[in-house]
Amino acid sequence: MIDAIIAYLQLDKTWSGNRSIPVRLLEHLEYSAIALGVALLIAIPLGLVIGHTNRGAGVTIAVANALRALPAFGMLFFFVVLISSQIKVRGDLPYLLPTLIVLLVLAIPSILANTVAGIQNVSPAARDAAVGMGMTGSQVLFKVELPCALPLIISGVRSASLQVIATATIAAAVPLGGLGRLIYDGLGQGLANLAGVGQMATGAILVALLAIGVDLMLAGLAKLVVSRGITGRYKHKAFKGSSSNVPRKAEVVPS
Amino acid sequence: MGMMYAAAPQKNWDPWGYFMNNTDTVLDWLVSHIWLSIVPVVLGMIVALPLGYVARRFTWSYGPLITISSLLYTIPSIVLFVLAPQILGTKVLSPINVVVPLTLYTIALMVRVIADGLASVPEDVLQSATAMGYGRFQRLLKVELPIAVPVISAGLRVAVVSNVGMVTIATAIGLLQLGQLFTIGFQKPAFGMSPILLGIILCVILALILDGFIVLVTRLLTPWKRAVQPA
Repeated sequence: MIDAIIAYLQLDKTWSGNRSIPVRLLEHLEYSAIALGVALLIAIPLGLVIGHTNRGAGVTIAVANALRALPAFGMLFFFVVLISSQIKVRGDLPYLLPTLIVLLVLAIPSILANTVAGIQNVSPAARDAAVGMGMTGSQVLFKVELPCALPLIISGVRSASLQVIATATIAAAVPLGGLGRLIYDGLGQGLANLAGVGQMATGAILVALLAIGVDLMLAGLAKLVVSRGITGRYKHKAFKGSSSNVPRKAEVVPS
Repeated sequence: MGMMYAAAPQKNWDPWGYFMNNTDTVLDWLVSHIWLSIVPVVLGMIVALPLGYVARRFTWSYGPLITISSLLYTIPSIVLFVLAPQILGTKVLSPINVVVPLTLYTIALMVRVIADGLASVPEDVLQSATAMGYGRFQRLLKVELPIAVPVISAGLRVAVVSNVGMVTIATAIGLLQLGQLFTIGFQKPAFGMSPILLGIILCVILALILDGFIVLVTRLLTPWKRAVQPA
């Protein structure tokens, strides 16, 4: 395996040209970032409203779980056949759109479910105190519920990003670019081809590294934005141990 | 292999018609899909139970075990499928190449779930059981595991349902199951939507049935949950 990877890394096309690792990495980041960005824009406001009003929470979580049963590959080909016959434009759009839809369907449930759960888990005492202080509904939501729910929301975003980055490899089946291209192209050369096997292994390792890197970044972000009043990270001993909101990680599922 | 394109083109949005024209082939794929979905989960549970217990009993092992699990999840399944024959020394079309990676994913998910489930057993319950004379193994079997069932079953549902979807990716290494229907629809515009829709529908039905089965077994294993709820 190691010698296969070394054989691939020594090729010229590995480092330069439009099939090189940097190009594929950027493509992969592009698909993942668009999908995650749109998923955040949809899932967080929706989750805040559902959690705050407590309407439709049960239905939302049931639907989010049911979406897991949809096979990513099936959805991808479904939307490609559906959309690419309708859009008559040059370029990647007829394939990019279906890929992004599939990634969205994967990303939205875990962010949405965690946002709803995060808001619902806010201690009623904190909410009552906020109302008692004369805060309006939106002040309660943004100044109390949202900060308290942040650890869970971010853990939902982390599992969504893991899933999106791992699943973005299927873009190569359509065929688009991204790190999945390395895997599929390597596979296409047959297992007898040393550099081909190396290309595939390199693609897989890069997907894993990218996913881990983004996950660590989001974990760092969580430390920056989550209030110390919730994490209990105080320098002063007297305040320690006051943390009540233990983040619960949503289930992550490989692609 | 040739027979899978044998039927005449049908209407584009007619999964039922496609099924009627290719019943035997589709049922074959469905049967192997069912096996590939269930076997890894059963094997994974057998390995994950002792591992989850270890992660709970020896708390220092919890961190490393969970880290390894989440690392495993970032590897796309297609890579494990393709590399399996090389690592395991199996034949290229052997179902083992799919069963082993999916078993690994199940283990990775369930170790944490089982450890957390065992951790959810209240301390006073453990002490009562010990006071009643249960040995460590008896207590695990008759007290801790039954109480952990709801948590474990929630994780198992995720494992099974996602497994059904992941099996379709085995199409990439030529192992036939429902995922074949997606490839046919994609490569043969004459068939179009019908096989793709049929594949999605069958996958979702299969996932719902397996999920429902776990919910049912969980209800049977946790009669006390209903006893305390108002009718």
